[in-house]
Amino acid sequence: MSLLEIENLSLAIGATPILKGVELTITPGEVVGLVGESGSGKSMTALTIMRLLPHLARAEGRVTFDGIDILAATEDQMCALRGDDIGMVFQEPMTALNPVKTIGEQVAEGIRWHTKAGRAEAEDRARKILDRVGLPEAKFPLSRYPHELSGGQRQRVVIAIACALKPKLLIADEPTTALDVVLQAQILDLLRDLVRENRMGLLLISHDLAVVTEMADRLTILRHGEVTEAGDTARTLSQQQHPYTRELALASMHVPARPKPHLAGSAKPLLEVEGVGRDYPGRRKSLFRPAQPIRAVDDVSLTIGPAQSVALVGRSGCGKSTLARMILALDKPTAGTIRFRGEAITGKPEQALKPARRDMQVVFQDPYGSFDPRQKVEKLVAEPLHLLEKQPAAAERREMVAHALHEVGLGPRDMEKYPHEFSGGQRQRLSIARAIITRPKLVVADEPVSALDVSIRAQILDLFAELNQKLGIAYLFITHDLTVARAMADEVLVMHEGKIVERGRAADVLDHPRSEAAQALVAAAPDLHRAIARKMQEQG
Amino acid sequence: MTAYLLKRLIIAALTLVLASMVVFAVMEILPGDPARLMLGLNASADQIEVLRNQMGLNAPLILRYLHWAGGLLSLDFGRSYTYSVPVIDLVRERVAVSLPLALIALALSTLIAIPVGVFSASRQGRAGDTLAMGAAQLGVAVPNFWFALMLIYLFAVWLRLVPAGGFPGWNAGIWVALKSLILPAVALALPQAAILGRVARSALIEVLNEDYIRTARAKGLPYHAVLWRHALRNAMIPVLTILGLQFAFLLAGTIIIENVFYLPGLGRLIFQAITQRDLIVVESIVMLLVAAVIVINLLVDFSYAIVDPRLRGRQ
Repeated sequence: MSLLEIENLSLAIGATPILKGVELTITPGEVVGLVGESGSGKSMTALTIMRLLPHLARAEGRVTFDGIDILAATEDQMCALRGDDIGMVFQEPMTALNPVKTIGEQVAEGIRWHTKAGRAEAEDRARKILDRVGLPEAKFPLSRYPHELSGGQRQRVVIAIACALKPKLLIADEPTTALDVVLQAQILDLLRDLVRENRMGLLLISHDLAVVTEMADRLTILRHGEVTEAGDTARTLSQQQHPYTRELALASMHVPARPKPHLAGSAKPLLEVEGVGRDYPGRRKSLFRPAQPIRAVDDVSLTIGPAQSVALVGRSGCGKSTLARMILALDKPTAGTIRFRGEAITGKPEQALKPARRDMQVVFQDPYGSFDPRQKVEKLVAEPLHLLEKQPAAAERREMVAHALHEVGLGPRDMEKYPHEFSGGQRQRLSIARAIITRPKLVVADEPVSALDVSIRAQILDLFAELNQKLGIAYLFITHDLTVARAMADEVLVMHEGKIVERGRAADVLDHPRSEAAQALVAAAPDLHRAIARKMQEQG
Repeated sequence: MTAYLLKRLIIAALTLVLASMVVFAVMEILPGDPARLMLGLNASADQIEVLRNQMGLNAPLILRYLHWAGGLLSLDFGRSYTYSVPVIDLVRERVAVSLPLALIALALSTLIAIPVGVFSASRQGRAGDTLAMGAAQLGVAVPNFWFALMLIYLFAVWLRLVPAGGFPGWNAGIWVALKSLILPAVALALPQAAILGRVARSALIEVLNEDYIRTARAKGLPYHAVLWRHALRNAMIPVLTILGLQFAFLLAGTIIIENVFYLPGLGRLIFQAITQRDLIVVESIVMLLVAAVIVINLLVDFSYAIVDPRLRGRQ
């Protein structure tokens, strides 16, 4: 008998339909993947099972969990199910824990609530489950607060909360999207083991086809609130009968066509970073001893030639963003020099940096957070124009904005719109338009596609490749995603604990990593081809 | 933790020193010679000069400041010109009225504001919320002295539950004395509660949208348990901040309210001292009020550290 059965589920928030006739079943011990792009209704499906929907949402159809009609259950019945029989893990570990309560309190709370156990007993059980998820007592006593833990550790606490009472069903909504690939692999392993140990059903929600393929027995593909295809993971992905499945699979392995790689060679380098370091003041252990500085970037040297595309890869916290900020002259190195077009930019006053800033632009990760919501696109895209020696007149300015928008595939009519009128992918096009309007020689892109859906991501990668070809822009891609590095970079630098530990041609480094850090990254990176092959093999 | 508290303590002490300098300087700049004032219009220049020397008014500025500040530290505030008694005696009597009044008002405003904030936040946009916030808007807008007059009319004149004004002294019995403080405390507390309630509501609404609230709900806790156990403590930080800032206004309010209710408190004393140009009394009470505000804000800083563990580890 199935543990969870969703039949003909439809959901609307106000007058907007979100889900249309969704069907899904999970049997005990089974891992079911729910795949779809943002806005496809994956999270809403999960929240319907938990009955934690937003106020105005109305659900119709049938959701049966363990014989209980979820949509008709009372709130008291739901409270008894949540956290006891159904556990849930969320996407954002940094904000999923209450900052003012200890991890012990937060894990024990659900145990006490459901089992009416005393404090000591609940803490004892909390201790056991924390040990199980890989947070041993010696380093992680119950009295730790969330802010004392890293993102991966916090996600382990969230998993401990969800699994403390050995639920029959675990719902994991993008549990690893906010983590780097190495942590992602660890968390997925943990989830897999917990499911096996307790014969839990797992509903794994993800936009990442490779992750789901590695984990799931069956998968359901959702698009615009409708199930387009469902079935056995290996069969569905190897046969790719539905066109949308094929589209997703192709997009997630997309490599833009780049005619010839640019290798750093005879040409004068565009950017030279020499022995750059950056120390941050550390935490003071005692009032009387000076604090040990934390070395975020340690003696890094690199060069980027004109029109060359370089990827800087590494795990989160390895110092890659700090390095990018120094290259952009947004932060001052504590050691070394950075030269752009032969001129040192370190230690220069702001006014003298103007020509450098004009030729060096940036694209950030979050296309939602990097625009002022109250300004029109014309003004937003024209922002870097103040760096020009001669300020363009209004008409000329509009012309330049229109041209930049055209280059990123948007129309001149988009100038009059506000950022919220664009989708995530279009917004990332806007930030690229803003970056190229001054005709820069170098664009630093910090995780430019990691917030985007696979199909949008493929388009944006194509756009980067095209602009590189057409305008001769050099790129520095900062990413923890090796597929981006493989798709876009001529040269790959691997950064680990502030140092560059490996460098070379993209294919060489990614196919034959030599350093330990690079090997860990490559091993942990999800790969759709490999995952499908493994699934097929498992099933014979 | 200790580093954080120590730093706050040092900052509070420095603020106090700075404030004392400002108060002293302002008093120096103000026109009017205390010696001339004390001796009256017919005094000769010689007499005034003798008294000025006696009072130490001719000493250099720095010495006079140090003498005054040293006096403050040993609770020797000098002698009142008009009452001819040590200021500390005047103050001690009055503090016995004003301190309980301020504390009751502070407690009352918090006790009203937090439940109202929780009530409103949990019913965001519904009738109860609209009603409560409408009342709060009214509470912010209505001046407390008018409110005090309405309270007197209702509870003292009409219902005859409490006296309309005056203070029988603590010797008359605690309940009798408290009874005459109830109306003034309510009049002081309500506008504070209105502001605090609005802050509590918006802080809670913001917190209720946080991810960890969803995590707590996913554990199976019912809504009200999540509200009280998880949301409220996180919402306390802005509430505490406003509480500390509003305390100064509460003290300013006592000057008005004590006059409305004929309470022999610090507020009335400072009011009388100002009209009589009894500068030494004014100076002392202002310093006392400044110290009270600084102490309350220091307590607020300490309570931040209790509420938010992230502050404890920080410098």
